Amino acid sequence: MRRYFARKLLIYGLTFVVAVTVNWMIPRFMPGDPVSAMVARARVSQPEAAEAMRTYYNNLFGFDEPLWQQYLHFWGALLQGDFGISIFVFPTPVGDVLLDALPYTLGLMIPAVLLSWFVGNWIGALSARRKVLDNTVLPAGYLLTAMPYMWIAVILAWALGAKAGWFPISGGYSLDIQPGWSGDFVLDALHHWVLPFLSLFLVALGGWAIGMRNMIIYELESDYSSYLSALGAPQRLIRRYAFRNAVLPQVTGLALQLGVLVAGALVTEIVFAYPGLGSLILAAIQNQDFFLLQGAFLFIVIGVLIANFLIDIVYVVVDPRTRTGMAGGTS
Amino acid sequence: MGTRTRLRVTTALAVFTLAATACTGGGSGAGGTGGAVGKGGSLPRNETLYTTGTQWGPPANYNPLRNWDHATGTKGLVYETLFHFDPNEGKLTPWLAESGSWTDDKTYEVKLRQGVTWADGKPLTAEDVAYSYGLGKIEASAFHSLWSWLSDAKAVDDTTVRFTFKEARYQEWDFTLYGQPVVPEHVWSSRTDEDILNGVNDKPVGTGAYKLKSKSQDRVVWERRDDWWGTKALSMTPAPRYIVDVSNPSNEVVIGQLGQGQLDLSNNFLPGASSLVKSKKVVSYYDKAPYMLSANTAWLVPNTTKKPMDDAAFRRALAASVDTGKIVKGVYGDLVKPASPTGLLPQWEQFDDKALIAEKGFTHDAAAAKKELADAGYKDENGDGFVENKDGSTLSLKLAVPSGWTDWMEAAKVIAAGAKDAGIKVSTEFPDQNALNEQRGKGDFDLVINNERQLSSTPWTYYDYIFQLPVQKQQNTVNFGRYENEEAWKLVQELGGVKTDDTAGMKAAVSKIQDIQLTEMPIIPLWYNGLWSQSTTGTWTNWPSDAAGAPKTAPALWRNWLELGGFETLTQLKPAK
Repeated sequence: MRRYFARKLLIYGLTFVVAVTVNWMIPRFMPGDPVSAMVARARVSQPEAAEAMRTYYNNLFGFDEPLWQQYLHFWGALLQGDFGISIFVFPTPVGDVLLDALPYTLGLMIPAVLLSWFVGNWIGALSARRKVLDNTVLPAGYLLTAMPYMWIAVILAWALGAKAGWFPISGGYSLDIQPGWSGDFVLDALHHWVLPFLSLFLVALGGWAIGMRNMIIYELESDYSSYLSALGAPQRLIRRYAFRNAVLPQVTGLALQLGVLVAGALVTEIVFAYPGLGSLILAAIQNQDFFLLQGAFLFIVIGVLIANFLIDIVYVVVDPRTRTGMAGGTS
Repeated sequence: MGTRTRLRVTTALAVFTLAATACTGGGSGAGGTGGAVGKGGSLPRNETLYTTGTQWGPPANYNPLRNWDHATGTKGLVYETLFHFDPNEGKLTPWLAESGSWTDDKTYEVKLRQGVTWADGKPLTAEDVAYSYGLGKIEASAFHSLWSWLSDAKAVDDTTVRFTFKEARYQEWDFTLYGQPVVPEHVWSSRTDEDILNGVNDKPVGTGAYKLKSKSQDRVVWERRDDWWGTKALSMTPAPRYIVDVSNPSNEVVIGQLGQGQLDLSNNFLPGASSLVKSKKVVSYYDKAPYMLSANTAWLVPNTTKKPMDDAAFRRALAASVDTGKIVKGVYGDLVKPASPTGLLPQWEQFDDKALIAEKGFTHDAAAAKKELADAGYKDENGDGFVENKDGSTLSLKLAVPSGWTDWMEAAKVIAAGAKDAGIKVSTEFPDQNALNEQRGKGDFDLVINNERQLSSTPWTYYDYIFQLPVQKQQNTVNFGRYENEEAWKLVQELGGVKTDDTAGMKAAVSKIQDIQLTEMPIIPLWYNGLWSQSTTGTWTNWPSDAAGAPKTAPALWRNWLELGGFETLTQLKPAK
């Protein structure tokens, strides 16, 4: 048990270091100079004033140090939870900007990931047993899973928002309401949440349903199922075993899907002008805001790593083989 | 066993969900709630004005000195200036100042109004004004250049400020008077220089009619101050109790929200604005072309440090090759007007020397462009349909406009096609905006389009933009084409030294400059960009328009436009009954 987790933690630690390093490198070696952009935006005509400004910002963002120092400082600041100052929302700290956006992204992602996984598995398992259902679920699942997120988002916005008028098609909440913990706001936010959520949910759902259906059919044809039915065990019992075996790869798949879903959530947010990380990342790119981009990617990397780690723990619980594997070697 | 495992799975997942959602969120309410609405409540629709089209991201700061990235309304709604400028009258209107005058050639005295108070109840004094202008002495300040010609700003008594100049630049001074915000010394004097220039200032204390109510990632909410001095002194009250300025979502979203009446004023450029006006969904200043007032001139900027753009004859030929009419119609659907050969905005029409333009002005004429090229010695030796440089080398220019600016991208294609008809090879490229700004600043380009100079109190700002010398390593604001002409720059400085009430003197000075401009063509005027503004009338009416009896002020909240009539527009709005 301890060895298993130690190994996992080591892998995650290494991943994190590499991710942070790449994250630090990309903006610094990209063409374009954010300080120049800032000075240019300030419309300063006098060379002395422009120079003074440039020096000030270079110093503020630490661009005037040698690269290795910048790198070490970056780590030092990171471990204190300091992601630097945003250029585009100057002078707000990046952490604050991101924390404002984070609830919206998580509020989309977590329900979309978990609900699509549960519902998808359930539909998939059902359709493995019922011909009629199978004939509808399979094509629908393939159709859904092949859809690009933004496309289904646009379709939903058009059909349920613009045409039917049931749901608002942009923003995280109405123009006339202020965020806070009141019933009005929560209802309004939920109302705005439906369409972006649906677009993520539907695309992910298709994949899970197909995967589960195929796994169940595979398990039902495996040796232990045949053996059990030869012994005269009831179908229900066989199915239960099949289901439990079929769920394992789905859990692994969940870990893999997370990364993809993050990307999907970003695109979806941009389509619906949803005030989460996705819209922020787009704005940060458009405004050459190194620090905001770095911070956003770090948030995502950390999020995906944590989620994967949690899934590892879940795996230990649901798959007895990992447990015996941990204890294995010492008889 | 089966059920037990499943139960455990769900518990684990539940824990995961809880862990992930443990952080709470929501917008950050700024200080100063109160009024009819608590946190999390909604604003009464009939007292709220919803605006968009001014911000491209989260409201960044509330620092009036950061005139390039502060939240919309920081200057204009909270912090005010000594004067406003009325483009229709062409005159400064007293604002915080009761009056201002030149007591001699190098001394300007401002008399302040009595009874103006800051939002914290303290009175506005001459000390505040002297302090605010003095902030430009900080070297990294964006208006540091003011102090290269101003020598002193002093409070003579409680209501009099005396400005003494090293060099009286009358035109630029008027521009400064309505541009520079006044901040409270008693709040700001304890701040470090760094905090003054770069602080977020999220509890702004101003003299203006509004105070900051709240902010979140995509909007900022202003609340009216009922004890604002202007209600008495100017007999003006801005109609909306709340102003909510929303960061720009996409055009589609803006059009949707205008259609549903959720937005009252959009200052976005919407390509289909004319059809929205025709279908009565929105109103704009004119109910037919060009629909909008003119806000700035779009110029084609040739890099005069490169061959053949250093040759005036070539630049004139290029100017004659541009089919502006096609851009106005085809690209903008008549939302803009073609520029005059001098590029001076319609509001400055009186300064255009008509006789001179008739003699030396250019129009779109491919044949004339071809002739001009041939006369100047640009020939097509290899018969590919394009002229070569005088030394026979290949002539091929790149016109760069920012990626994603669809209207400019289309306009660039029209310009390239026009150049081709005249025998000049121009190809278009669409780099990222920031990369392009950087190249432009360094002088690393052939041709760009630029419209950064807005309407102002004086055409001097346009000539400063075209001719300013010396050329720096980085050209951040003016003379991107790096055109060097000592004589022209001297004339511009002379214009700058003409008193602003001396219209005849200004005309004479401008005429001399236009003579050089039309023969040299350092920069080619294309069209007048509109003061993009679409309004809905479901909640607020009496928007500015050319109709009889309607206000004639600028319907815009863009940076610096609140002092050019934007604020006055707010005071003229009427609730729709």
